[in-house]
Amino acid sequence: MHLTREEEKILQGDSGPIKQKLMEILVALGDIFGAERLIPVASAQIAGVSYKSLGDAGIEWIESLDGETVAVPAMLNPAGMDLELWDRMGAPKDFAEKQLRIIRAYRRLGVTPTCSCTPYLVGFAPKFGEHVAWSESSAVCFANSVLGARTNREGGPSALAAAIIGKTPYYGYHLDENRKPSLKVKVSTKLREESDFGCLGYWTGKIARSGVPYFSGIKDASRDELKALAASLAASGGVALYHVEKITPESQLTPAEGTDLVEFDAGNLGECYDELTTIKTGKVDLVCFGCPHASIEEIRRVSNALKGRKIAKGTKLWAFTSVDTKRLAEKRGYLRVINDSGGEIYSDCCMIVAPIDEMSVKTIAVNSAKAAVYAPTLSNVDVVFGTLEKCIDIALSGRL
Amino acid sequence: MEKIRCRKISKGLAEGIALVTNEPISLYGGVDPETGNVIDRRHQLFNKCIADRILIFPTGKGSTVGSYVLYRLARNGRAPKGVICKEAEPIVAVGAIIANIPMVDQPEKFDFKDGQKIKLNGSTGQIVIE
Repeated sequence: MHLTREEEKILQGDSGPIKQKLMEILVALGDIFGAERLIPVASAQIAGVSYKSLGDAGIEWIESLDGETVAVPAMLNPAGMDLELWDRMGAPKDFAEKQLRIIRAYRRLGVTPTCSCTPYLVGFAPKFGEHVAWSESSAVCFANSVLGARTNREGGPSALAAAIIGKTPYYGYHLDENRKPSLKVKVSTKLREESDFGCLGYWTGKIARSGVPYFSGIKDASRDELKALAASLAASGGVALYHVEKITPESQLTPAEGTDLVEFDAGNLGECYDELTTIKTGKVDLVCFGCPHASIEEIRRVSNALKGRKIAKGTKLWAFTSVDTKRLAEKRGYLRVINDSGGEIYSDCCMIVAPIDEMSVKTIAVNSAKAAVYAPTLSNVDVVFGTLEKCIDIALSGRL
Repeated sequence: MEKIRCRKISKGLAEGIALVTNEPISLYGGVDPETGNVIDRRHQLFNKCIADRILIFPTGKGSTVGSYVLYRLARNGRAPKGVICKEAEPIVAVGAIIANIPMVDQPEKFDFKDGQKIKLNGSTGQIVIE
């Protein structure tokens, strides 16, 4: 890889041992992936925040970077608990102490403690064509696909290296040639809401793996539906970029002749709901919304559906979002409605990275295909996957 | 004595006894960060210890958090002395760099045996089998 004189000096250690090490990470990744050079990034979004995924080793490494400061705006993935309401959430105290220590270590580096998988909803939206170094798989997929920004799927250390050095190796989705579709998906059934788009992403991700799917036949899609699609594509496959004909900004990159074509129909849609649901009947302990973090519009819909009704005794309803969106929900009165019916809005965290298996939760209901993919293995719980309305019904009756 | 050229990934010198597998390794969930024992029951190296060895495997797999496992092993004095991969990927490469473990990949030929005494130079990309 070609380095500028300044970059070479950092690699030689002229800017201290920490920057040297971070530059070694960027150069090694550049060499592995055949990058020609480094390019500046406009922001970094850093994974490796929840104590559940980071562990003590991760804490030690982040703390070892003390004294450095990020060169570009940088924010964090969701943590393992609400940073304020962790006790009410039921997070164990020793977990909470480690989690807060992690956040403090990142803050000392100048990282904004916005812990969210939807930073693009709360002031961190890159411009079209802008290069960034983001980690969280759904945020990466949304930024590439819906915003037309350019990022690879960074790991925690490489995103942090990009944040402090301000650069990333120029390969993968930063390059035009890797943004072309590799699979055509004809959608021949109507998709009504986020969970339907989640099914489409779950189904397509398994076929596309780490390719670039191009969807046709979708008449209209809201931002929240495109968010659900990004999340499940990235969870079931390794998709970091998709295009939707006439809807996403790079959909002029039409598939080359001979590109594989698959069709997603009403039968596939129904099968996805069945496949992602692990139990047929019984009590449900927890109903979760907000994977990826809920927008204010999604919170409004949950609030409207709950208005004047009570969640069943013994069942919890949690909506997850960023701290900014929660504040807005409070201002608009949605938080009060949700609290009055017995539900909670938690910020900074999510059901997947929280230690819910240590909180006596055995069964959850979600309208997120991504959460339904991960929860059985990462949180060791049974899952009901359904529409928002179905999840609300489960919360009110306490069972499936 | 045989010299083999490789691509350099993480700098430094290492000398030790080879521990070889032809299966990819997931560090996260696959290796105990306290002891260096391989805890993945389905892995060839199950119950073997990677500490102080020259660990030789085709490539890494699994969660990106695996990078931190190498760091933790190094902090605990249980890390491998050096790493040789057929093809490096980001998890192991980044882990080796942050843990100061010399590492190379793409050896001209990938034909190693358990117990070989190996000198690895991560700064020049050369390994020597004694």
